[in-house]
Amino acid sequence: MSDEYENKSGYQAQSSEALTGSAGSTPDMDYVRPAELPEQDLYHGHTFLTKWVFCQDAKVIGVQYFLTAVFTGIVGLILSWLMRLQLGFPGLAGFITAEHYYQFVTMHGMIMVVYFLTALFLGGFGNYLIPLMVGARDMVFPYVNMLSFWMFFVAVAILMASFFVPGGPTGAGWTLYPPQTILEGTPGSGMGILLMLVSLALFVIGFTMGGLNYMITVLQARTRGMTLMRMPLTVWGIFTATVLAMLAFPALLVSAIMMTLDKVIGTSFFMPTILKAGEVLEYGGGSPILFQHLFWFFGHPEVYIVALPAFGIVSDLISVHARKNIFGYRMMVWAIVGIGALSFFVWAHHMYVSGMNPWFGFFFATTTLIIAVPTAMKVYNWILTLWRGNIRINTVMLWCLGFIVTFVNGGITGIFLGNVSVDVPLSDTYFVVAHFHMVMGIAPVMVIMGAIYHWFPLITGRLLNETLGKWHFWATFLGAYSIYFPMHYLGFIGVPRRYYEMYDSPYMTSAVGMNEFISLAAFLVGAAQFILIFNIIKTLKTGKPAPKNPWKANSLEWHTSTQPPEHGNFGERLPVVHRWPYDFSVPGSKDDFIPQTTPPSEVVHTKVEKT
Amino acid sequence: MHAGIIFFLVILGSILFHIFTPWYWTDIASNWKGMDDTITLTFWVGGGVFVAVCLFMIYCVFKFSYKEGRKVEYKPEDKKLEKILTVATTLGVAALLAPGLIIWNQYVNVPKNSIEIDVMAWQWGWQYRLPGNDGKLGTTKVVNINDDNPFGINMDDPFGRDDVMVQSDIINLENNRPVKILLRSVDVLHNWYVPQFRAKMDAVPGVVTYYWFEPNKVGEYEVLCAEYCGVGHYAMRGGVEVQDSNSYQQWLGEQETFSELLAKQNKEIETKKVAKNNSNIEKVIYKEEK
Repeated sequence: MSDEYENKSGYQAQSSEALTGSAGSTPDMDYVRPAELPEQDLYHGHTFLTKWVFCQDAKVIGVQYFLTAVFTGIVGLILSWLMRLQLGFPGLAGFITAEHYYQFVTMHGMIMVVYFLTALFLGGFGNYLIPLMVGARDMVFPYVNMLSFWMFFVAVAILMASFFVPGGPTGAGWTLYPPQTILEGTPGSGMGILLMLVSLALFVIGFTMGGLNYMITVLQARTRGMTLMRMPLTVWGIFTATVLAMLAFPALLVSAIMMTLDKVIGTSFFMPTILKAGEVLEYGGGSPILFQHLFWFFGHPEVYIVALPAFGIVSDLISVHARKNIFGYRMMVWAIVGIGALSFFVWAHHMYVSGMNPWFGFFFATTTLIIAVPTAMKVYNWILTLWRGNIRINTVMLWCLGFIVTFVNGGITGIFLGNVSVDVPLSDTYFVVAHFHMVMGIAPVMVIMGAIYHWFPLITGRLLNETLGKWHFWATFLGAYSIYFPMHYLGFIGVPRRYYEMYDSPYMTSAVGMNEFISLAAFLVGAAQFILIFNIIKTLKTGKPAPKNPWKANSLEWHTSTQPPEHGNFGERLPVVHRWPYDFSVPGSKDDFIPQTTPPSEVVHTKVEKT
Repeated sequence: MHAGIIFFLVILGSILFHIFTPWYWTDIASNWKGMDDTITLTFWVGGGVFVAVCLFMIYCVFKFSYKEGRKVEYKPEDKKLEKILTVATTLGVAALLAPGLIIWNQYVNVPKNSIEIDVMAWQWGWQYRLPGNDGKLGTTKVVNINDDNPFGINMDDPFGRDDVMVQSDIINLENNRPVKILLRSVDVLHNWYVPQFRAKMDAVPGVVTYYWFEPNKVGEYEVLCAEYCGVGHYAMRGGVEVQDSNSYQQWLGEQETFSELLAKQNKEIETKKVAKNNSNIEKVIYKEEK
């Protein structure tokens, strides 16, 4: 996938830079369209405040997003420990009452899905990687980008504040289904839920600022030669996820606003006539199912907002470390776009037994299973990329392999749940919990970890310790798999989710041992993450300095003027792109990789495929 | 090399776990065996794909792990292979979808001879109502609910008078007779779920939802609330007793109808009045004695 070799000399007069880097060879081959726009002016901060706090450099903003998201992730992790403590060893920790348990469940879910995964992939990786990978100096609106992070920061602060208000945080379940969300009988139905709704609204507003940046940067600020079909799949994944988010988050925003109105001024958007403690409340005529439609219209694309960046990143990691081009690049791009589009037509598969008109089931089961096809194609292409490659079995690749195993496992159980009548016995049981943790919890986290080990040398200039990395991987992968694989079988028995305890139900007594085992595994997996933290601290202090482009990758982020890249990314001249980022092990090439910036004239004897 | 071995053991362990697991379905006690069969089918097809993909991956790890100067295939695309895989996947998915939709079609179409049961849910409990001799349930309204009219039956609805009221969280069902569960809630979402029957549906305040099944095994079962409904969710249990025809009819005969309840309440009101009068009289006497 390099340039067309046809003669375009007629246009050469316009090109000022086309000939650079192709000394002494035929200039026709290296032709790249001239620049149409002048370069972006960047605001360079000089004080500590403008350089590191209210910074406008997308890379710093990315790291800020990353650290804030990781902080929320650690909170979510601790909450999961507390939940597992109660489920595995009920009564052992006396302070975990039913109220607390449900608050932990709710906050864990919301934090992990929205504030951890979404913010980490789009805000963290998106900010850091998009400008670097498309060859831009920064995001197109750096100031708005800075505001985006601080909006997110405030949203997180408000969310965390809800732990400390009277009544505590909301315990309505992360889906916040009315009417119980705003009625007594649910923990945190006072201040807790209000702060949650305000925090979500701020998150959406902040995300919209960031999202506009990601989209427009990808569409408008790519460097010369970086056609859409030469973008790394990471960028495709993050870009498509951003488009989904821009369309899906408004549904969350309006439902948050409507629920706030129901709560504060007593409207009845989602509230029918309700009898509570012998009294008829002053609501009437609203529809709880309407909320569910709005929520899942956001909620299902949300799954792909997390998954698509993970798909993109893992494709790049596999390709680089298998020393082989990603198999079926165009198929991969169209699969990402197709999955993104389809993800807006499957939302009600979360609602087969919600009491909506049951005839919807036929439509949504069909669309849901259609989405399995492009998803399966992506899986095939990942493993076909490994086929006849030259696979480095390093920490990064281990995370990728772990991703494939957990993602395929979770994808298959998705076919159970998407298939309407099969969902009936499994819905609302631990099978669902196991499924979505495997597919959108563990699998994306595998990718995040792989991405950390992969890009750490770029961001800090040092290589993480491999031995610690491998211990970290095996503890996390084996631990997480042994949490969620057996958990499916709890669902088969019929154990419902969101049960604080089971008393002496025969369903649960048969599974006491399994619950204890799962809890112990959960403690282990959580603790294993400290290996990473230790590794990072150790590396920052005494780690091996990374050589430039340590993985021998092709994409632009490794070909910056300095490593780590400075503000502005590319020194004096923006790079010019001549090929896709996957020219690994091209026959006839001296090295086993050809960076995107290498013009055809420098690798004349290679047999680059022009697809 | 050790990586490939560990991944292989994980896959092998998964298969062995599935074969030897002591944790699996409860014995089915309803007509929805088709759901179990579709799950089994999906397990074979999906499980097969999972194992195949993982084994292929593990093979690649063994066969193509890094060696300096290894010859790597350079083949960006293979249209034919991609087409074959797309078609095969589509066919596989369609084969799984078809039985799913067929059974869903049965699930949403209730048999004519089924008996309707009104399942009323609240935070946190259940009660049940069966049609009387007219075979029809009376209409209800949330605002009608009070101590004298626990189901909120509309007083002017003639069908409601002979409704059989089961003010208990345990309901009896007749074996081999399809039941249509009509769900309603007076406050928040609930879900009336018996794992052995496989079927479930949310109870949503403001609307009546339904599903049906045919119990086919005499016995006692536990009802679980399967939709989160607040702090008492986990404790919101009920029971079902599936009985043969004779025992069921006997049980049914012992239950109170709405008109019986009303009559009893009128009597109670009268006795209360009498009691009140009596006590007044007593008071008077007491005063006089003073």
